[in-house]
Amino acid sequence: MTAVPTNMTLPVKPGVASSNSRDRRMMRNGLMFSAPAVFLLLAIYILPMLLLAVFSVTDYQLGALSIRFIGLENFIKAFHDAVFLRALSNTVLYAALVIPFGVFLALGVALLVHGTKRSRAFWEVAYFLPVTATLVAMATVWQFLLHPSLGPVNAAIKWLGFEPVSFLSNPSLLIPTMALIGIWQVLGFNMVLFLAGLTAISKDLYEAARLDGAKSSLDRFLTVTWPMLGPTTMFVIVTTSISAFKVFETVAVLTKGRSGSETLLFALYLEGFEYSNTGYAAALTLIFLAIVLVLSIGQTLHLDRKVHY
Amino acid sequence: MSSQAIDLRNIRKRFGPDEVLKGIDLSIRPGEFLSLVGMSGCGKSTLLRIIAGLESPDQGAVAIGGGEVTNVDPSDRNLAMVFQSYALYPHMSVRENIATPLRMRRLPMSARLPVVGGLFGTSKIRNAITEDVERAAGMLQIGHLLDRKPSQLSGGQRQRVALARAIVRSPAAFLMDEPLSNLDAKLRAHMREELVALHRRLGATFVYVTHDQIEALTMSDRIALMSEGRIEQLGTPDELYRQPATLTVARFIGSPSINLLPVDVDSAGEISAYGQALGLRTKGDTGPATLGLRSEDLFIATDGLSLHQGLAVKVLRSETHGADRYMTCQLLADPTVRLTVRQTATAKPGVASDGTVHLGFHAERAHLFGANDLRRPLTVRERVLA
Amino acid sequence: MTALRKLTPHAVLALGAIVMLFPFYWMVLTSIRSPAEVFDVSFWPIPKSFDAVENYSQAAGQVPMARFMLNGVIVCLGILVMQVLTAVPAAYALAKLRFPGRRLLLSLVIAALCVPIQALALPLFVGLAKADLLNTYFAMMAPFFLSVFAIFLFHQSFRSYPNEIIEAARLDGFSELEICWRLVLRGSLPSLAAFTVFSLVAHWNDLYWPMIVVSDTNLAPPPLGMLFFADVETGANYGALMAGATLITAPMLVCFLLVRRHFIAGITMTGVK
Repeated sequence: MTAVPTNMTLPVKPGVASSNSRDRRMMRNGLMFSAPAVFLLLAIYILPMLLLAVFSVTDYQLGALSIRFIGLENFIKAFHDAVFLRALSNTVLYAALVIPFGVFLALGVALLVHGTKRSRAFWEVAYFLPVTATLVAMATVWQFLLHPSLGPVNAAIKWLGFEPVSFLSNPSLLIPTMALIGIWQVLGFNMVLFLAGLTAISKDLYEAARLDGAKSSLDRFLTVTWPMLGPTTMFVIVTTSISAFKVFETVAVLTKGRSGSETLLFALYLEGFEYSNTGYAAALTLIFLAIVLVLSIGQTLHLDRKVHY
Repeated sequence: MSSQAIDLRNIRKRFGPDEVLKGIDLSIRPGEFLSLVGMSGCGKSTLLRIIAGLESPDQGAVAIGGGEVTNVDPSDRNLAMVFQSYALYPHMSVRENIATPLRMRRLPMSARLPVVGGLFGTSKIRNAITEDVERAAGMLQIGHLLDRKPSQLSGGQRQRVALARAIVRSPAAFLMDEPLSNLDAKLRAHMREELVALHRRLGATFVYVTHDQIEALTMSDRIALMSEGRIEQLGTPDELYRQPATLTVARFIGSPSINLLPVDVDSAGEISAYGQALGLRTKGDTGPATLGLRSEDLFIATDGLSLHQGLAVKVLRSETHGADRYMTCQLLADPTVRLTVRQTATAKPGVASDGTVHLGFHAERAHLFGANDLRRPLTVRERVLA
Repeated sequence: MTALRKLTPHAVLALGAIVMLFPFYWMVLTSIRSPAEVFDVSFWPIPKSFDAVENYSQAAGQVPMARFMLNGVIVCLGILVMQVLTAVPAAYALAKLRFPGRRLLLSLVIAALCVPIQALALPLFVGLAKADLLNTYFAMMAPFFLSVFAIFLFHQSFRSYPNEIIEAARLDGFSELEICWRLVLRGSLPSLAAFTVFSLVAHWNDLYWPMIVVSDTNLAPPPLGMLFFADVETGANYGALMAGATLITAPMLVCFLLVRRHFIAGITMTGVK
C-alpha cells in the first residue's frame, strides 16, 4: 500500500466531532452491509423456525380451511406411529452401519495412502471420486449393479458358486444395502479429513516413539497416531453421523420407502409434502432437528475453535 | 550396561544427487561427551540419525558397545535421543511422557493397550516405573510438573521433560540434536551447565549435535568438526582452538572469528605479507597461503623498536564489551583486509591521532594454511614483530 | 521381504480402489453397450457393438436431459451469485465494522450453522405455496440465497486482513463498498474458490429441495430429472439410463479431475478449516 499521511496532515477538525462522525458512518455502513443477510436470516431461518414450532402444536394441513391447537398431541402420536418408529429405527440401523465402517475404513485407507509417496494423488482421486458424484445418479447405477439378474455383483456372486443375493427385494437387506452405498460415498470424504490430520502429526514424534522402544507399527499407532488423531476422529464421527441421519437420496431412488424401508427424512418428506399433514410433519421435523442439533453442536464447536492440545 | 562406545566405519549417505556423508570414520569412547559441530547442511544431524537408526547408511557400519547394529531397529539399539523440537507426546502428561520408554520395554503389548491394558496384573512393574519416573523427574527438578501436559509448560520445562524421558532408563548412549537451540540465550547458558553436570553424574556417552561452536567448546570432551560430509578435525576443544587442522576449522572455531592475512611463501620458505617479511618460515610449496591470527594474539606495538616493523593498520572502530575491547582495523597495504584486535579494556589503546597504528602478533601462536586449506608447519625465524 | 512390505499397502489400496471405482466403470461401460450385451453381464471393457450414439441420443431425446442440465446450471449459478452477494458484505461488516447488533448477528449465524435445510423445508414450502411460487426457479433457489456457512467462512478469512490497509484505503478515498469487494475479498480468493466449489457441488447434487418445490419436468435440475428418467424407464433400457447418469455426473467429475486440489479443499472445508 502507498504510504498515507496520518490524520495530522488532514484538514484539522475538532477531534471529537470527527471521530464521532466516523463512528456514525461506520455504524451506518455496518447496518447497511449486513441488512440483506439480516433480512434473509429472518425470512429463511427465524420466521420458518417460529412457524415450524407453531405448526407442530396444531392439526394444520396445507390447504385446510381451519386450524386447531392440539398441544403436544402430534408428538405423542409420533411415538405411537409405527411408520415413524420404523423410520427412526431404520435410520439408527443405517447410522450404526455407516458410522463405524465409514469412519474406520476411511482411517485405514488414510493410513495406507499417507504411507505412499508418488502414488498418493492417484489414490486420493480414486477414493474421493464418489464424494463428488451426484448421489441420485450413482444410486441408480448401484441399483443396476445390484440387479438380481442383470447386475455384475450377483453375476460375480454366482460365478463364485454362491446363491444370488436379492439386495433390493429382501426387506431385511434394504437398509444394509443402502448403508453400503452410504459407506461407499462417505469413505473418500473421511479419508481426506484423516489425511489432513495425519499430515499435521510431526515426524519427530514417530522417531521419538521408535527410540522409546515402539518397535512395531501397532505400537507407534497406539503411542502417536491414534491419540494425535483424537480430535479429527471425533469430528469425523460427528460429521458422518449427521450425514447418516440425513439419508434421503438412496431411499428415494432405490426403494421409495417400500417394504418398510423408510428413513427419518423420507418419512418426514412423505408426511409433509406428499400427504400434506403439515402439523404432524412439523412435529417430526422438530424431532429430527433435535437429533441433528445434538450432533452438530459438537461440529460447530470444532468449527469455531479447533480442538487442540 | 550404560556408557558404551560407538564406532562408525566408512559411513556414506546420499539423498538424491547430494552425497551428505562422504565416508565418516569415528570412534566415540564410552562415557565421553562428543559434539558433532558444523554449519547447517554439513551432515552432522544425518550422522546422528544414522547412529540412532532413524536413517540407514548407504555404506558402512555402526557398532554400539562393540556389537554391530547397522541393521538393527532404533527401538532395539537402547539409545535415548533428545530432539530439537523435544518431540513430547502432547496428549500425555509429563509423567506419562517420561514413563513411555519404560512402558514400551517393560510392559507386554497386552498391558499397553488402551482401556483393557489396565486389566492385566502388572501392578508391580507399574510401581517400579512410577518410582523410576519420579527419580528422573527429581534429578531434573520437574517433580512438581508431573501431572501437567506439555502445552502447559515453558520451553525450558519442556526441555527438562525431554531430558528426563531420556535419562529415565540407562541407555547405551544419549543422542542430542540441537537440544538447546529453541531456548533463549540466558536459559541456554544455564542449560549448558546443567547438561555438563548431568553428563558427569551419569557418566554416560553423550553425542551432541550443534551448530553453535560455543556450546561445543564449553561442553565437550572432544569435538568432531564436520564440513561438507567429512570430519575436518576430531580433537579436544583446546586442540581445535590452538591447532586447527584446516582453514575451515580455524574459521569455524573462535569468537570473534580468526583474522586471516593473505601471505606469500618464497622459495626459501620465507613468509611475507604484501612484501613485508614476517619473520616466519615454512617448508614445502611456495606461493600464496593464509596466515591465521586470533584476535587475542594481536597487539598494538607501542615500543619504538617494533613500531616500524609491525603491520601498519588504521583503526576503524573500537568497542568495549565489559572486560574486553575489540578494535577493528583496516590494513593500509590492502584496505579489504580487516583485522580484529582484542585488548583488555583497561589497557591504553595506543592509537595515534590519525588512527594509524602498527600491529604485532605472537608468532608462535600463528597458524599457516596452504592453498589446499591444510595446516602447514611454521617456525619462528626472527621475532621481528613481537 | 522389504519389497513385500512396500507392495502390500499398494495392493490393498488397489483392491479398495477397484470397489470404489467399479460403479463408474460399469456406468460408462453400459452407456456405450448395446442392450443385448447388457444382458450378457460381461466385464470386458470393449463393447462388441458400439451403441454410445443410440444410448446417449435416447437419453437426450426421451427425457429433456439437456433441459435438466440447463436447469442445474441456472439454479447453481443463481444460488452462488446471491450467496456471494449477500454473504461477503455481511462477513465484512462482522469482521471489520462496529455496529449495534454485531455480536447478536454473529451468534445467530453460528446458531444457524447447526440447522439443516431439511428442518426448514416445511415452513418454507408452506410460504412458497401460499405465495403461489411453487414450480419456479425462484422457489428452487430462494432458501439458499443466504449461506450462513459462507458468512462464517468469509468472516474467519476477512478477520486476518490488516486493519491498517483498510484505514489507509479510507483515507485514500475508497468507498466502503470498494474496500469490501476490491481489497478485502481479493485477499480471500482461496476461500472464495473453495466456497464456490462447495456451493456448486452441493446444489448440483441436491435432490431434497427440488423434489419438494418442483413437479414440472421442465424445471427439474439433474438429480430430480434422473429420478423422473429412472421412473419412466423402469428397467427397460439400461444403456440409455446409464448414459443419462453419465451425463449428470460428468460435469462435477470433470471439474474435480481438472482442479483436484480446489475440489478437495472446497468439499471438505467444513471439516478441515
